[in-house]
This record gives sequence, C-alpha cells and structure tokens, in this order.
Amino acid sequence: MTFAPESSPADTPSHGPSSNVDSGANAVPSDALLSLRGVSKSFGPVQAIQGINLDIPAGQVTAVIGDNGAGKSTLIKTISGIWSPSSGHMYWNGKEVHIHTPRDATELGIATVYQDLALCDNLDIVQNLYLGNEPMKFGMLDEIKMELATVQTLKDLAVTTVKSVRQKVGSLSGGQRQAVAVARAVTRESKLVIMDEPTAALGVSQTAQVIGLIKTLASRGVAVIVISHNLTDVFEVADRVAVMYLGTLVSSGPVSDYDTGSAVELITTGVSSRVPSPLAPAQ
Amino acid sequence: MTASLKDDPTAHVDEPERQGEFGAMLKRLRTGDSGLIPVLLGLAALVIYFYVRDSIFLHPENLTNLFIQSTVFILLGMAEIWLLLLGEIDLSLGFVLAIGGALAAITTSVGWHWPWYLGFAFSLAVTSGISFITGLLVVYLRLPSFIVTLAGQIGLNGVLLAIIDKENSGGTVPDSNHVLYNLVYGNFTPLWTWIFFIAMVVVAGVFMLRAYQNRRASGLVTRSVYFTIAKIAGLAISAVVLALIFDADRSTFTVIRGMPFAIPIDIAMLLAGTFILARSKTGRYIYAIGGNKEAARRAGISVNKYRLLAFVFAGFTAGVAGLLYTSNLGGMSNAVPGGIYVLYAVAAAVIGGTSLFGGRGKMIHAVIGGMVIAVIYNGMALISVSTSVQYIVIAIVLVAAVTVDSVARRGQENQS
Repeated sequence: MTFAPESSPADTPSHGPSSNVDSGANAVPSDALLSLRGVSKSFGPVQAIQGINLDIPAGQVTAVIGDNGAGKSTLIKTISGIWSPSSGHMYWNGKEVHIHTPRDATELGIATVYQDLALCDNLDIVQNLYLGNEPMKFGMLDEIKMELATVQTLKDLAVTTVKSVRQKVGSLSGGQRQAVAVARAVTRESKLVIMDEPTAALGVSQTAQVIGLIKTLASRGVAVIVISHNLTDVFEVADRVAVMYLGTLVSSGPVSDYDTGSAVELITTGVSSRVPSPLAPAQ
Repeated sequence: MTASLKDDPTAHVDEPERQGEFGAMLKRLRTGDSGLIPVLLGLAALVIYFYVRDSIFLHPENLTNLFIQSTVFILLGMAEIWLLLLGEIDLSLGFVLAIGGALAAITTSVGWHWPWYLGFAFSLAVTSGISFITGLLVVYLRLPSFIVTLAGQIGLNGVLLAIIDKENSGGTVPDSNHVLYNLVYGNFTPLWTWIFFIAMVVVAGVFMLRAYQNRRASGLVTRSVYFTIAKIAGLAISAVVLALIFDADRSTFTVIRGMPFAIPIDIAMLLAGTFILARSKTGRYIYAIGGNKEAARRAGISVNKYRLLAFVFAGFTAGVAGLLYTSNLGGMSNAVPGGIYVLYAVAAAVIGGTSLFGGRGKMIHAVIGGMVIAVIYNGMALISVSTSVQYIVIAIVLVAAVTVDSVARRGQENQS
C-alpha cells in the first residue's frame, strides 16, 4: 500500500462507461472515506466488473444491490484486497491507495465480515474478538483487559441478548454470531466495515437485531457497505444505494431516490424510468 | 446487559435456571463441557471396585507403583493432546518414546560415558526432531497425519531395532546411569515430600485467589469466592493424600519412603503445558486452529507455524516419557509395545475429555485419563484377569470415551 504524492484527483482518467452520479465529474469528493474511480477487474477474458465509480462516505450505510453475477462480490473482494484491481484508482480520505492484499486493507482500517463469519466456535466471545490481536501483560494474555473491552464494545453496539461474554461462540444464535463478527471489526477500530449478506439465513427478530447493529455502527462514524439481496432490509438500513448490473454500476445515490419498484427494475434490466436521474450504462 | 452481567453470579452458565441443575448438567454433558466430574466419579468407582476385589490395591506400595505405571500414559497422552487439539494425531509417538529412551540409556552408558544432562538433552532433541520432520510432512506436504505417522510407527520401530542392535546384541540396552535410574527409583525424603506439596498448594492458592481478586477488582463477573476456595481445598486434600501415600513405608524388606522424582516431573510437564495452552498466544492459536483453521488464517495467524510447533511439543513430551519409561524398566528393550502405548495415550486423552475432532481439550485430561488406564491395567493384573480380557476391557473403555466425544460434538453442532 503506497500513497501517491499529492495526487490530483481531478485528473483521474476514467475507464469504461462513466456511471458516476455522485458528483457529476470524476473529482474525488472530500467527504468520502473511500472513492473508487474507474475500477475494473477481469479474470482472463472475463470482465467481472468494469469502470466502477463509487463513493463511500463515513457514517453512512451504503447498500450494494444486484442480481447474482452482477459483480457485487468481485467489487467487495477488490476493496478488501483479496483481488487487486486490473485498472482504476482507489482513494482513501482523498489520497490514492493501492490495496493488493487483505493485510493492506486491514492496515487502512477496512474490515470484511464474510457470510461464513469466520469465527471459532470452540472459543468464547472475548477470545474471538481479539483473535490474532491479543493484548499481553507480563508475557501472558491479558484476559481482564480483553473481557472489559469486550463488554464495553457489545454495550456500545447495543448488543443486549448475549448472556455472558465468556460463552462459546458455537452456542450463539445466528444474529448473535453476526454481532460478534461486527464487534470484532469494531475492536480493531475499523473505519470501513463491509458486510456480505448479513441478514441471509436469519429469522425476523434476528434480522431486526442485525439491522439495529448496522445502524449503530454507522452512527459511530463508521462507513458500512452492505451487500444484500433483501430489498426490504436494504430500504430499512441503507442511507445510500448502489445498483450493479452485469459488472457495471448502473445507478447510485441517496436511498430516498429509490423505491422497491425502481430498484427491482435496475437490478433486472439495468435501467429504470422512475429514478430521477437515471444513468444507463453508456453502451 | 452489563447490569445483568455483573449482578448475576451464574451468568457464566448457559441458561441454568430454566432447566434446573440437572437439566443444565445433562446439557453440559451433551456438549462436552461437563468438566472432570463424571470421569473422576468413574475413576473413584474403579478404585473402589478393585479395592473390594483385592485390598492390596490401596496399599502404598501398589499405589506408588500405579502412579509410576501411569506416567507413561500421562506423558504420552499430553504429547498426543498437543496434536489432538489441532485435529491431528501421531501414531508413531510410542516409538519416538522408545528411541528417546534408548538413546538416553546408550549415551549415558559406561561405553559412551556422556554426562546425564548431555544424554538427556540429546535424546529430547532427537525426539523433538523426529516429530519436527513428521510435522513438516503433514503441514507443508499436506499429508494426512494418520497415514504419515502410521508409516512412522513402522519405520521408527525399524530405527529402534537398528539402534539397539548396533549397541547390544541382546535386544536391550541397560540403563547404567544413576541419574537416569533415579528418575523413577530415587525419592524425596519424607520431609521434602511434605515441603513440596505444601509449597505447591500455597503457591497455587495464592495465584488462584489473586486471579479471583483481579477479576473482581475489574468489575467482571466472578463465580462465588467459595468456588475458588473449594478448588484450593480440593487441591490441598489431594496433596495431603498423595504425601501420606508416598511417605508411608512401601517396602516389605527395607524402608522405602518419600515421593519418587517421576511425580514432580509429571507435575512440571502438566503445569508447563497448561500454562502454554491457557495463558499464551501459542495456546490460544492452537485452540483457534483446531476450531476453525480458515478463521485462524483470516485472523492473521501463521497457521503452519503453530501446527509445526505442536508437533515439536509432542515429540519433546514423548521424549520425557521415554526417559521415565527407560528409568522404570532399567533400560530399553526392542520389544517395547510402542503401537499399543500410543493407543493407550490417545485413550487417556479422550477418556479425560479431549476431543478427537480438534479444538477441545486440556493437559489435565491426560492425567485423569492416564490414571484411569493405569488403574484398569494395574487392578486387572492384581485380580489376575488374563491379558486377553485386559485388552478387551481397555478397548471397550476407549470406544466408550470416543462415543461420548462424538455425542458431545453432535450436541455442539445442534446447538449452533
């Protein structure tokens, strides 16, 4: 990860179809935590995503929606460093960054909560929160510090359903596990948390729990990207919406610009007559 | 949540109130969190049974003999636990033990004349090295540990035969070093036996009370102080019983009193292993890798490094077991049943409560399980049960323990 010397974002060349609706131009808005400009990723001849221009502001929830194969997963994997982009630029707080490995992303403050959550069922909540990042005291694990901080983190996130932080994660419900995974991102003071289908496979009350959790996270100034299929959840939780269609970003903007009908149209056809400033891919 | 967390002293138990104590106990049993109580009850039942069949069983001579017999199961069980925690197994450790013991006997023999510490260090280095190579094959070539170590069992048996044959034509290498001999046959004086146990209880008690106070002072949930006091009391009672057993005269012809040196070696290995597993990053990562390797990798843990380290720990522990075994036997024989011992070791770990599927287990499990095996072994010999029946009984106990382990694993899966 390197910082480009005083990059002038206005000169950023744009790749592929321009579909940015945030600022009209390719300038990097100063208020965005993460900005993507013309980001493309291809696997051999297959263009998985192309020319993505997207701004992720801090303190807001950005929902990325789209059909299967629209490129949502490729997009978040590119942001979280699992794949490096084939072309395009990424700006973190206005400075250009190159994210090539998951470690690069972690060092910037990007945390990804994958669908499988990657928790150790045989460890308790405290141990999972600090796994790989344990504070030490006199050459021993500082359990008291970890446990106190865990109690505080869960309190901050308004997670009230967990009985004890010394419970094994294997004994938790789906919603609680999701909460532990998010708390882990918070523990590492992440500035951007990417969540892949956080409400998939959850019941009604647990979905409500997770939605509350995401809102709390954003209210703490964290930028959140949520990938979801569930439009009801999207409209409940998102501040901004970004729609992907066949590897391109066809529309993005405040959630108030969309309704379920137009979102479905955009997801399935890539265009909608009802979005105020629809931008069809320039093809 | 914090309010309920702080005020509710039973908050550490999963929903105990609604199900009642019995229901909670059943649930813990099903999920493998039942602790040591059931197996300790089983051990007590075995002891009572053999005592009723033959009162010699509880004679100090037999009990001390039983403790010595158990050390090989206990230490080899501890070695196996390092790997079982990762979901691996090492079937060759019985012969790693034998090679370590043979090398210690040979290098400290009259012919070689190495000082005991060099001989011991050499054989421990060799056993650690053998397991390191096994580890390389398993970790970096991604071979299944079951197969690699099954091959190792046969191959190392060959190496053992070659080593002993080269040194001595009789099929055994005698132990002619007094330090090696004294590991098992040397004793503390009765006074030092008492001092050792009292010091241990005092130090452990102070640490446990301080840990309790620290948690309380930080405002964290604590179990009742009586829980800590009960644990210390339990420790003190066991210490007194052990001291009385070891200090009683256990010989018919002359006076032999005091604790054999093998016992503090067992205790030191138990404490070291427990400390690493419970208090260090290494231990935490071993549990994490055994629980979910992919999650550990994504958390930035160098999974391969810790898996390799566990193999080395296992080899080292097997080496210590080899020293004690050689001392007990007065040398090493090329007919050592290494394949059976390793199964007893795995049985000891699993009977104590360590899972074969990785991620769950403690060093103390090898101690309790090793005692169970030794009691069955010793008791059945005492009441003149034939070897054939002994084998069958131990096999049944092992299968029963694995069944409990497997049921516990399913219980955990259903829970989540």
